[in-house]
Amino acid sequence: MKEIKNALVVDNKLISPNIYSMTLDIKDIAQKAKAGQFVNLYCKAESRLLPRPISICEIDKEKGRIVLVYGVVGKGTEEFGNIKRGESIEVLGPLGNGFMIDETKRKNIIVGGGLGTPPLVELVKHLKGEVDVYLGFRSQAMLIEEFEKIGARVHIATDDGLEGFKGNVLELLKNNNAVGDIIYSCGPKPMLKAVAGWAKNNNIPMQVSLEERMACGIGACVGCVCKVKEKDEQDWQHKKVCKDGPVFWSDEVVWDE
Amino acid sequence: MNKENLNLKVDIAGVELKNPITTASGTFGSGREYGEFIDLNQLGAVTVKGVSSIPWKGNPAPRIAETYGGMLNSVGLQNPGVEEFIKNDIPFLRQYDTKIIVNVAGKSIPEYCEVVERLSSADIDLIELNISCPNVKEGGVTFGTDVKMAHKVTKEVKRYAKQPLIVKLSPNVTDITEIARAVVEGGADAISLINTLLGMAIDIHKRKPILANVVGGFSGPAIKPVALRMVYQVAKAVSVPIIGMGGIATGEDAIEFLLAGAKAVAVGTANFRNPRASIDVLEGIKEYMKLYGIKSLDEIRAII
Ligand SMILES: Cc1cc2nc3c(=O)[nH]c(=O)nc-3n(C[C@H](O)[C@H](O)[C@H](O)COP(=O)(O)OP(=O)(O)OC[C@H]3O[C@@H](n4cnc5c(N)ncnc54)[C@H](O)[C@@H]3O)c2cc1C
Ligand code: FES
Repeated sequence: MKEIKNALVVDNKLISPNIYSMTLDIKDIAQKAKAGQFVNLYCKAESRLLPRPISICEIDKEKGRIVLVYGVVGKGTEEFGNIKRGESIEVLGPLGNGFMIDETKRKNIIVGGGLGTPPLVELVKHLKGEVDVYLGFRSQAMLIEEFEKIGARVHIATDDGLEGFKGNVLELLKNNNAVGDIIYSCGPKPMLKAVAGWAKNNNIPMQVSLEERMACGIGACVGCVCKVKEKDEQDWQHKKVCKDGPVFWSDEVVWDE
Repeated sequence: MNKENLNLKVDIAGVELKNPITTASGTFGSGREYGEFIDLNQLGAVTVKGVSSIPWKGNPAPRIAETYGGMLNSVGLQNPGVEEFIKNDIPFLRQYDTKIIVNVAGKSIPEYCEVVERLSSADIDLIELNISCPNVKEGGVTFGTDVKMAHKVTKEVKRYAKQPLIVKLSPNVTDITEIARAVVEGGADAISLINTLLGMAIDIHKRKPILANVVGGFSGPAIKPVALRMVYQVAKAVSVPIIGMGGIATGEDAIEFLLAGAKAVAVGTANFRNPRASIDVLEGIKEYMKLYGIKSLDEIRAII
């Protein structure tokens, strides 16, 4: 039977303003997890009853550990930020389907935006061929070293130009005349939508990892839906991000918002 | 006293449940997902998500918002329709020794009747008429908040129902007992309550409602006092069996509902926090019975 497990928090450190990297000792999840999957983290405060979905950033199958990188954006993630090394946290996973890794592609483009960047780290470890990582942030970049360690080329764009290219990630892709056989991406929906348009124009297949507000995370509540095409724009279905996703092909998503 | 010798059986309109625990429609899918966490054989009944005559797409996302001790949803009864339900979900649930309660959704009386007629030849145990969903604009909640309409839809649907008919009431009314009496007069064999309360949450940074639908159904531990009060009032007003629900997360919560007059209880939102919640509630009831030497739940039902 599946169950919520208590995981030992091996580390929980601030890596950027308001952004933490948490390492959990949780063999069972580490063993099963794939790049692009996520876990449910549960709050201790009973007033916050819904799980917080957080992507798996790195998996260490040998040590039985996973790394989660999360931003403090509200009450739940604030609670997580206060957890000390040696304490424990309730976790369920791995959940969802990960990225559909295509090892035959020679030129991989990775596009990440803000807090959508973490799951791309584990992904890059499993890609064959060249990897160019394009990341967009508001002002401060993160996880660059993690990508470089794996041998990927990293290109940064920030809104204020404090680091790297001044502008957004799409402008950076265009500026660099980026070319590739496939795009894997995760980030805010407006960014994904814009890059999906560019990918379509350039005939590059693209996978997007979507976010939606969730109640169960396991496919039971039908709360976390996105519009996915059956045949054309008009003929779409509400699919569950938690169970059918979170990764979809960009050309099957209806980008209406 | 041996816990396993306790008599937990309850009778809902002639259908015997091995124990008083079921699931609240919409929180448990058709049981598949939770079947990976708990043994569905242990539940008195599984109440499945609402089914309509044709597939419904439901409301746009975001559909979920957490609130203090509770949550809002505006799913809007997304479902693949009654035919898909009969084909896929009944065979799955029939593998288990548990009763099947099917929640029926509709936008008009003929639509409700169509679903119920289709289900009358299906292998299910009870029908739960959902006249109380706050997320469906046409029909839906207007049936549950208008005494005459509630009576009418119950009466019409009852003509097509081969299985006993439970009517699920909306709490979004001034006097719940009026509606309860009306559906019993219309032929309801049992009543379940409460459905969600109409609520709202706003993102002050974006200055926009969190739910795309603006308003949604409020559920979870925060609504328990309201649910309990309504079960208490309805239990005094009518004599049909009551399935109580609204914020039940522990055995203690369930005992409160039984004391207030419920014959069975449904675990809903608690499943999201704890996929084992329904079993934990059952175990909690057993502990309570052991603690006070209670042999049958009849000893404590509706004694308040
Ligand atoms: C599949 C998936 C993977 C994610 N991976 C990461 C990650 O790796 N790192 C990271 O920093 N964040 C990630 N997020 C976003 C993260 O879930 C939210 O930031 C977090 O739930 C906020 O919780 P809170 O209590 O701090 O915020 P609050 O605003 O107080 O939360 C209130 C409610 O809204 C929900 N909520 C708020 N913002 C979001 C959001 N953006 N997405 C989904 N639910 C939200 C919360 O879960 C909670 O139920 C992911 C979201 C999804 C759906
Ligand atoms: S969060 Fe419940 S179905 Fe996805």
